[in-house]
Amino acid sequence: MARRLTPGRTILWILVAAAALISGVRYARGLGAVTRLSDRFPWGLWVGFDVLCGVALAAGGFTMAATVYVLHNERYRPLLRPAIVTGFLGYLLVIAALLVDLGRPYRIWHPLIMWNPHSVMFEVAWCVMLYTLVLALEFGIMVLERLGWTTLLSIARASLPPLVVAGVILSTLHQSSLGSLFLIVPGKLHPLWYTPLLPVLFFLSAVAVGPAMVTVEAALSARAFRRPLEFPLLADLGRAMAVVLTLYLGVRVVDLVLRDALSLATPRTVEGTLFWVEMAVGVILPLILLALPVALRPGTVVTAAALVVSGVVLNRLNVAITGMWAGSGATYVPSWMEVTVTLGIVSAGVLAYLWIAEHLPVFVERSEEYAGG
Amino acid sequence: MALTRRQFLHLAAASAVGVTVLSPTRPATARRRAAPAVGVLVDVARCVGCRSCEMACKRYHGFPERESSDLGPTAWTYIRVRPLRQPRSHLNLGDAGADRRTYKVQCMHCLEPACASACPVAALRKTPEGPVVYDASRCLGCRYCMLACPFQVPRFEWDRPLPRIQKCNLCAERLARGEPPACVEACPMRALQVGPREAILAEAARRIAESPDRYVPAIYGAEEAGGTSWLYVSDVPFEELGFPVVVREPLPAYTWKALGKVPTLVIVIGATLSALEFFLRRRINLNGGGH
Repeated sequence: MARRLTPGRTILWILVAAAALISGVRYARGLGAVTRLSDRFPWGLWVGFDVLCGVALAAGGFTMAATVYVLHNERYRPLLRPAIVTGFLGYLLVIAALLVDLGRPYRIWHPLIMWNPHSVMFEVAWCVMLYTLVLALEFGIMVLERLGWTTLLSIARASLPPLVVAGVILSTLHQSSLGSLFLIVPGKLHPLWYTPLLPVLFFLSAVAVGPAMVTVEAALSARAFRRPLEFPLLADLGRAMAVVLTLYLGVRVVDLVLRDALSLATPRTVEGTLFWVEMAVGVILPLILLALPVALRPGTVVTAAALVVSGVVLNRLNVAITGMWAGSGATYVPSWMEVTVTLGIVSAGVLAYLWIAEHLPVFVERSEEYAGG
Repeated sequence: MALTRRQFLHLAAASAVGVTVLSPTRPATARRRAAPAVGVLVDVARCVGCRSCEMACKRYHGFPERESSDLGPTAWTYIRVRPLRQPRSHLNLGDAGADRRTYKVQCMHCLEPACASACPVAALRKTPEGPVVYDASRCLGCRYCMLACPFQVPRFEWDRPLPRIQKCNLCAERLARGEPPACVEACPMRALQVGPREAILAEAARRIAESPDRYVPAIYGAEEAGGTSWLYVSDVPFEELGFPVVVREPLPAYTWKALGKVPTLVIVIGATLSALEFFLRRRINLNGGGH
């Protein structure tokens, strides 16, 4: 396995360094020095992409864990560990992003002792903290295996099923409550996205993007580590994705019709155009691809999965940023420094993933782990 | 427009009573109204834009004494100037002030504040006396309060390494001593008036009823976002003055509907998954193990 500094990795390291530098400026001179955020537009790219997309794209961890440990669908076991690694890294990166975005990052633990159960943010904070802990334990099994600490390992493995159930509950709650965050802005968020069903839609799209991310990762890892692609598994994931996407599409359309918001989806407005791009890229095109006979080819499933991932990113950005333009009376476009920090955080994630994949048993699965059942 | 005096009084009374009593679905509202919460009336018709209130606020809170054109970390209130499309003679300035209106802007101190319900650590909270106050020592700086506020009031110290949220506190410490807020005390035109919210609402309705040809028949803040501690009457329609159109329901109800389902969800999902896991595992074991 290549551990040398390839040109690709060099770029990633440069981006991480640049992000660290800009974060330094932010800590020295305030958020105003590096962002285009304003009093009318207090949340930007770091919340919209780093947090909302970060959490959604880490959904593979809980969907795969539920499939393998709860539904006992052992076929998917080869995909489980990469998904848990991505999930864990995803949450660590979300926390890293929050530490840059929060005004007082050293108080990130305050929700532990200062309660406001009426706050969606309070619930999100608790779920993210607890779920990161769950992922850390699930991830810890790989570390224990690498270290060969068998006693601890058997204890950890025995505690897996309740941990996974807790993880699924926590994920369901906060994947949906990231949508609930925006329920409090009925006057600001564009009606194409503002709906009482926001939590349901956020949850459904997270469930759909879970297998999609796993598929994209499997394809990328297969190339990076020159491993064969587990295609029959990916074809099944594609089918699962299609089912959830159809459900999502149904809820979305019924909701738009019932709220009489479909008339706003004309491509003549910025919001209307963005809505159609989001739906086409994230839902309609992938569904068509997965329904075609060519869906039997790996390339098609991977393309569909990549489209679903982009669609969810677009959706989260539309809810957090572009859908808020009109209602907030401010046009926010992220500064190059905000973009660089975001790219740096993503780069750190890719580098960490590569390191973990090379040093920990991510792609090997010992049979005794589930021999006892 | 042709509301008779009787019709209007009826309407005003009905709306006041409507919010106060007929809220069986909002027990929190009813409880809160029982406390003698404070209200402040801003009479846009009387305001001459002298900025005495703005200066008094800055002096009292120790902010630099410059004129402000917007709310900011050191401007908890300011006088907004709105040119009128159709000139209308001003109550105090006559034709000299006919081309524009001026009015005071600050935190509205909602009866059920969206900011306080949004804050994960309860750094913002509504006191029973009326003011929505901020405790900087709890704040994480997540800025969800700013997103949540329908009036776009909370300000953030964007240029500080360790920023705070800043907004009007209704001079809570003065109110506690039985003194009026600094701005109210400073107003030479009696355009600001403080008192129990119910009395202030009645006073607003009285002014409208007494001069129906001057005032527009609306009290801004009576029902906006479920009602606010600051109330406005005006001789120019509020939309024309650029007041934000805000939903009538208290905003915390919007997120509470979703949050309230959390305990049920935890139990239902937890039980379902555990049961599924148990039975599927048993079936696999009965069928003779693993794969």
